[in-house]
Amino acid sequence: MNLAPAADLLYDETEEELRHSLRRLLADRCPPDRVLSVYDSSPTVSALWKAVAADLGLAGILVPESLGGAGLGAREAAVVMEELGRAAAPVPYLSSAVLATVALLTAGERDTVRRLALGDVTAALAVPLSTPPGEWPSTVTADDSGLTGRVTTVAGTELASVLVVAASGPDGQQLHTVNLPADGVTITPTPALDMTRPLADITLSGASSTRVDSGNAAEAVRRALWCAAALLPSEQYGVASWCLEATLSYVKERRQFGRAVGSFQAVKHRMADLWLEVGQTGALARYAADCLARDDADAEIAACVAQSFCGDAAVHAAEECVQLHGGIAMTWEYPAHLYLKRAKSDQLALGAGHQYRSRLSELVDLPSC
Amino acid sequence: MAATRQDTERDLTDRVRDLLRRHDPGTTEPRDFRGALFDSGLARVNYPPGLGGLGLPQGFQELVDTLLGAAGAPALLKQHNGIGLGMAAPTILAFGTEDQKRELLRPIFTNDHVYCQLFSEPEAGSDLASVATRAQRDGNDWSITGQKVWTSGAHHADMAILLARSDPGLPKHAGLTYFLVDMRSAGVEVRPLRQLTGEAEFNEVFLTDVRVPDSHRLGEIGQGWKVATTTLNNERVAIGSGAPREGGMIGKVAATWRENPQWRHPAMHDRLMRLWVDAEAIRITGERLRQQLEVGQPGPEGSGMKVLFARAAQAISGFDLELRGADGLRYDDWTMRRPDKVDYTGRGPGYRYLRAKGNSIEGGTSEILRNVIAERVLGLEAERRVDKDTAWKDLPR
Repeated sequence: MNLAPAADLLYDETEEELRHSLRRLLADRCPPDRVLSVYDSSPTVSALWKAVAADLGLAGILVPESLGGAGLGAREAAVVMEELGRAAAPVPYLSSAVLATVALLTAGERDTVRRLALGDVTAALAVPLSTPPGEWPSTVTADDSGLTGRVTTVAGTELASVLVVAASGPDGQQLHTVNLPADGVTITPTPALDMTRPLADITLSGASSTRVDSGNAAEAVRRALWCAAALLPSEQYGVASWCLEATLSYVKERRQFGRAVGSFQAVKHRMADLWLEVGQTGALARYAADCLARDDADAEIAACVAQSFCGDAAVHAAEECVQLHGGIAMTWEYPAHLYLKRAKSDQLALGAGHQYRSRLSELVDLPSC
Repeated sequence: MAATRQDTERDLTDRVRDLLRRHDPGTTEPRDFRGALFDSGLARVNYPPGLGGLGLPQGFQELVDTLLGAAGAPALLKQHNGIGLGMAAPTILAFGTEDQKRELLRPIFTNDHVYCQLFSEPEAGSDLASVATRAQRDGNDWSITGQKVWTSGAHHADMAILLARSDPGLPKHAGLTYFLVDMRSAGVEVRPLRQLTGEAEFNEVFLTDVRVPDSHRLGEIGQGWKVATTTLNNERVAIGSGAPREGGMIGKVAATWRENPQWRHPAMHDRLMRLWVDAEAIRITGERLRQQLEVGQPGPEGSGMKVLFARAAQAISGFDLELRGADGLRYDDWTMRRPDKVDYTGRGPGYRYLRAKGNSIEGGTSEILRNVIAERVLGLEAERRVDKDTAWKDLPR
């Protein structure tokens, strides 16, 4: 039950270079006012996503080189998630490059995976964003007439040209791809709490599809959800880091009663506590990513621990950010709300903390009754 | 880098093997073994050669300790001489003269000099720089007079690190000097101080014209605050890394939960799991801090680990009592004792709950540590100090 001696909780040079190039791109192409526009107009993020996915080649991080990917792994994907979180970037990395890609890879699909790795296509796994790993999420049936059913609150459909659909067929669980647009597929965007990760409800009525699993559909979906669950804490760390840094700068600048508000002990102690919490968030997110990368025996425990801690911590960081900024944080122009919405939405994504604590209790032999 | 590291690890493994061959831990007196450990440079690999170390990064110590532990070699008795090993030794190393380092470091590692800490006073707690114990020069000696408090282990200590006021005419931080005091000197009186747990782990120490040779002054006259700060920084860095999962307070509660299905309840279950996650978060954060230190990027988390540890220990030990229902009302023993060593998890749940209250007070309160983080790590404005530039003797009290 010890920490695996192989666990590396730091960042290596390649990872720092990756971080640096992505951060520079996002600073240039994805400033807060650009992010804000996703709330008022139809998304104009395809050029940004192309730059991230294809030009920087980040869509293929989890894809082996033999399939045209970068042949990197979860540690590098986690760095991408950190930076995307820090910028509240409205790109479908989690939904396409993690959820859909890992599901297809695990199922043994190759053609779509190759194109995903190059950033030529974008895919979405048709499950509710709030689905925890370990659940078979399908409300879709597959038969001779095609795919039929309804899936709500799906992330990442706006740029997707391929839907990856989990369906129940006559012989059990199946995984299908549907090329978009297609007859019998209706995708209805719905206003989301966090518009940087837009959601849609999908209705399938006899949609034609390609079955891509070989009897391993359940494992493909399970693996995709666990990978995403182990990587989302890194995004939450990125969100929390932005909140901490923005708040720190603000309390140093903002003056009331003739002094910086950050000189009041009530504020200083909150900042110290927040710094501690964000530091722990980073350590747990890194441990989860590192365990996933090495396929460590502790990987599921690490993901559960990170999910339980980091979701709440990012929300707390965003809430402290709003409170310690005061009135300006309530305005549409100031970006604090982008992070509050992202943090709150991330907390619910892939299942809530209590669901992970419940699973964790089974893994570490602390039964509920 | 990778090759160098492996070379160093191979060299250390050889050195440990050589030490074990020359001094069989099974037949060598523990004291002699520790002396040989010091002389071979394996006691603290980051210390200079000839002074217990090899001048290597601190991270390599873990390998040495693991190899020694596997061979059944006697440990360095951290619990018995934590202050000597964790605080006095690094401070002597940083501020001692060459003579002092040669004379005073080795006995700490052999356990001949068990240390206690004479810092806090009844009127100088968080505001440590306001200490009133007087040090007056008298020929080649100093005469020390005053009262110290919260001194754990004073009743079995050989030596003490002491902070005293050498010049009341200077502002409080400037008039302090740091000494190493023989606890068997005339004029040292140790009285047990009973605590809320029923035991007397701490003492009050009364000093009346205690003679200390000037050769046992550490650092310059008036440099005491700087020297003491080094001691305290070492105290705070010492906490936290390398613990196994469920190694501390949470392990006690987890065992209780596993062994007592009759006390389980869904409402308590989610609280238990939150506490388990919190304990794990501290453990992984400590492990990352250790890795940062190992590659020479000291993470600022060090001063924060104690705040986290204290909060978790208090929450977990409180939960432990609630979990037990009627049994939580019991207490194991109120008998007045003077324990040899502190073990936060060593007694019953009532003791653990009460003792944990000290975790956020001793060695820097959590409030002071939050100030430290806010000011030194985050760069927020320092607290305003109206007494900073006034001569100590003129301060209102």
